[in-house]
Amino acid sequence: MPVLLSRRLLLQSSAAFATLATLGFRAQAQGTGGRLIVAADSEPKNLNPAIVASNGVFFIASKVIEPLAEASFTGEDRLEPRLATGWKGSADGLSATFTLREGVKWHDGKPFTSADVAFSAMNIWKPLQNLGRIVFANLSNVETPDEKTAIFRFSKPTPFQLIRNALPVVTSVVPKHLYEGTDIAANPANNTLIGTGPFKFAEYKPGEYYRLERNADYWSEDQPKLDEIVYRVLPDRAGAGTALEAEEIHLAAFSAVPLTDLARIGKEPGIQIISAGYEALTYQLVVEINHRRKELADLRVRQAIAHAIDKDFVVRTIFLGFAEPSTGPVPHNSTEFYFSDVPDYEFDVDKANALLDEAGYTRGSNGTRFSLKLLAAPYFNETRQFGDYLRQALAAIGIDAELANNDSAAHQKAVYTDHAFDLAVAPPVFRGDPAISTTILVQSGIPAGVPFSNQGGYANPELDAIITKASETVDGKARIDLYNDFQRLVAEDLPLINVAEWGFITVARDTVLNVGDNPRWAVSNWADTALKG
Amino acid sequence: MKRAIVLLRRRLIGSIPVLLIVVVLTFLLLEAASGDAVDAYLVSMGGGDAALVETLRQSYGLDQSVWARLLLYLQALAHLDLGWSVAFNRPVLALICERLPNTLLLMGTSTALSFCLGSLLGIAAGAKPGSPRDRLLSAGSLVLYAVPGFWLGLVLVIVFSVWLRWLPTSGLETIASGKHGWDRALDIARHLFLPVSALGVIYLALFLRVMRAGMADVWRQDYILFAKARGLPRRRILFRHVARNALLPLVTVLGLQSAAMIGGSVVIESVFAIPGFGRLAQEAVSGRDAPLLMGIILVSAVMVILVNVAVDLLYAALDPRVGASEAAS
Repeated sequence: MPVLLSRRLLLQSSAAFATLATLGFRAQAQGTGGRLIVAADSEPKNLNPAIVASNGVFFIASKVIEPLAEASFTGEDRLEPRLATGWKGSADGLSATFTLREGVKWHDGKPFTSADVAFSAMNIWKPLQNLGRIVFANLSNVETPDEKTAIFRFSKPTPFQLIRNALPVVTSVVPKHLYEGTDIAANPANNTLIGTGPFKFAEYKPGEYYRLERNADYWSEDQPKLDEIVYRVLPDRAGAGTALEAEEIHLAAFSAVPLTDLARIGKEPGIQIISAGYEALTYQLVVEINHRRKELADLRVRQAIAHAIDKDFVVRTIFLGFAEPSTGPVPHNSTEFYFSDVPDYEFDVDKANALLDEAGYTRGSNGTRFSLKLLAAPYFNETRQFGDYLRQALAAIGIDAELANNDSAAHQKAVYTDHAFDLAVAPPVFRGDPAISTTILVQSGIPAGVPFSNQGGYANPELDAIITKASETVDGKARIDLYNDFQRLVAEDLPLINVAEWGFITVARDTVLNVGDNPRWAVSNWADTALKG
Repeated sequence: MKRAIVLLRRRLIGSIPVLLIVVVLTFLLLEAASGDAVDAYLVSMGGGDAALVETLRQSYGLDQSVWARLLLYLQALAHLDLGWSVAFNRPVLALICERLPNTLLLMGTSTALSFCLGSLLGIAAGAKPGSPRDRLLSAGSLVLYAVPGFWLGLVLVIVFSVWLRWLPTSGLETIASGKHGWDRALDIARHLFLPVSALGVIYLALFLRVMRAGMADVWRQDYILFAKARGLPRRRILFRHVARNALLPLVTVLGLQSAAMIGGSVVIESVFAIPGFGRLAQEAVSGRDAPLLMGIILVSAVMVILVNVAVDLLYAALDPRVGASEAAS
């Protein structure tokens, strides 16, 4: 039984590391049970994380249904064991072997076995899950030689590096005995979750709250620390902040308290602002470019736009410092893949103007070179505000941008299906490995209608070749080298412009312990989260 | 009672074509909005591939033509089936039955409050038009009427919930409290106090001004002069003659206001996190959920008809000259 590390040792070492490495982290402490009340701003209609791998779903479901491994600040491969205690990829990339945890029970009392993993992988992750369809595209079958071993077989060489990096996001295991032989998409267990996690799904009152209860039979002996977690639905932007101040809730994650309120609320006694716990959920502020426009197909114009954007100003003014300027398509905090030796586009309006003149787009009598249609994704305050900023920044270099406002559905259709944009502001997510949701932003040949993908008509055979090669390169080092080339090429050719990268902010009362102690904290299982006194 | 039933039946049957037009227009309007239910869902999902998008469209029935979907919906509606909400993945009827009582409670209380208080203050103001009291009340009501609802709501929350800690910030009742009976009623009342006040104060201004204007008008009538000449006590003239006659336009406003209130208040429901009709409608639009939106509009329309019948009956009770002919015919 190759147990890699004891959980306790891992937690202790990760605690020590995180105290040094991150702000606002609090040391491991004993709680006294109790009910933790947190703010929720959305009510996912399908709460099954095995089908919908999204942060909105994980925020609630990750406490009930667990993945094979969770992200960690310090663990080997930056992972911490959950339902799997060991994992190993074969040298040829055609198989991956997982050793599963002993003595784990589903919330309905049935034992957890390798059959559950095989079923989840073959019947849900690969065919149904939004991200699993990409990661497990070449999965051909899962062998279960015994109850505690699952061997994934791939039809083509599949980098284990990718599988490993994707484990926290794409491997939520659901019970085979509840799903087998049913219409999986319509199964009631998608909303009244049954898992192996530290909390059991207890109650959902639409529009009001979700309630989770302590799982007394959890496999990790002295966990969970809390008796209950209640998610209170607070749709208004100001709601979470006032509820925190009035001590009605303990915690608001995912920047539910707007950045502009942080300075004020941070001064309140008993309230702490924590930026740790989102390192593996990095959102990127990106300018998407429609290369079908002849002006934008010219590299000099794209370079000019990059030079016209003052990234530091954006970070300072729009994100109030809670972000970092980007250099390319992989964020800084992906220590495994980030590559810094790429062309840099410093803020320089004169240079931008010179590039546009050189490209032949001289200013007309009204000072304008040409006009563009700019669509800003409405999902975040910050993406909308950046749309306003970009319009002004472009005006400074003689490009007249017409800013259109759409709601989510209309933006989705305009950009990713109808291509009815010239520039768009998007917030894609880096999910631990470029192959999960990053290369798709610049790869060619993606059909219209695929959300958060390259719909700007950009096609670069050299870049496509690197992406394809990396997707089948089993050796980790060689794959990292390929992604270095990928980052360099994207920064050189600017299929899109990476402006900034940000994690979210958690605002919590001082009584909540162990907030932000892993890189996916908000969407992890909260088994060690506790309430003081 | 018989008169009420006759009225109700006539109104409901008469409004079927109107309801039908409303439903079809709602459907087409939502259809004209860019993006469909799958687009809205993909945003919350955070990504997917082409085949997944295709499968989703099929499972939502969105691969069929606009007219085929409208026809299917109308067929189901003919069997009184409101259909299935794609944004919530639940039956529309269940959603409506869950949310409607919350909105009725919130809006009913605030309308009742603003009607009673507004008309009383209106009487106070209109008792002597032009007096300092009248000027103060009129100016005050104008200020209140100009205040945006969400702002008033937020200020009330900051003062009464954050500073004073007297009342809860939001919600309909204490979550998972296990309270029953009177305890629960009291708990709900505590939670509704601020949203009802925020809504009520704004409507109050409207009722106050209508009442006051009506009274100022009635004071100039000949029969008031006659009542004064008869030597009736001022108090009696004020309540029996002036206020009663000035109440009629107020009832008209009440009817209009009630119709508006059934749609719920998106703003107040959001600020106070009350799962009501207004928020549901907003979620239906942003989720491009045609069956849900049409269900909401239909139910609202029926409610408006019911309220109008009630107002007509009230009108008839207050003023014997009104309504007799309609019920008789």
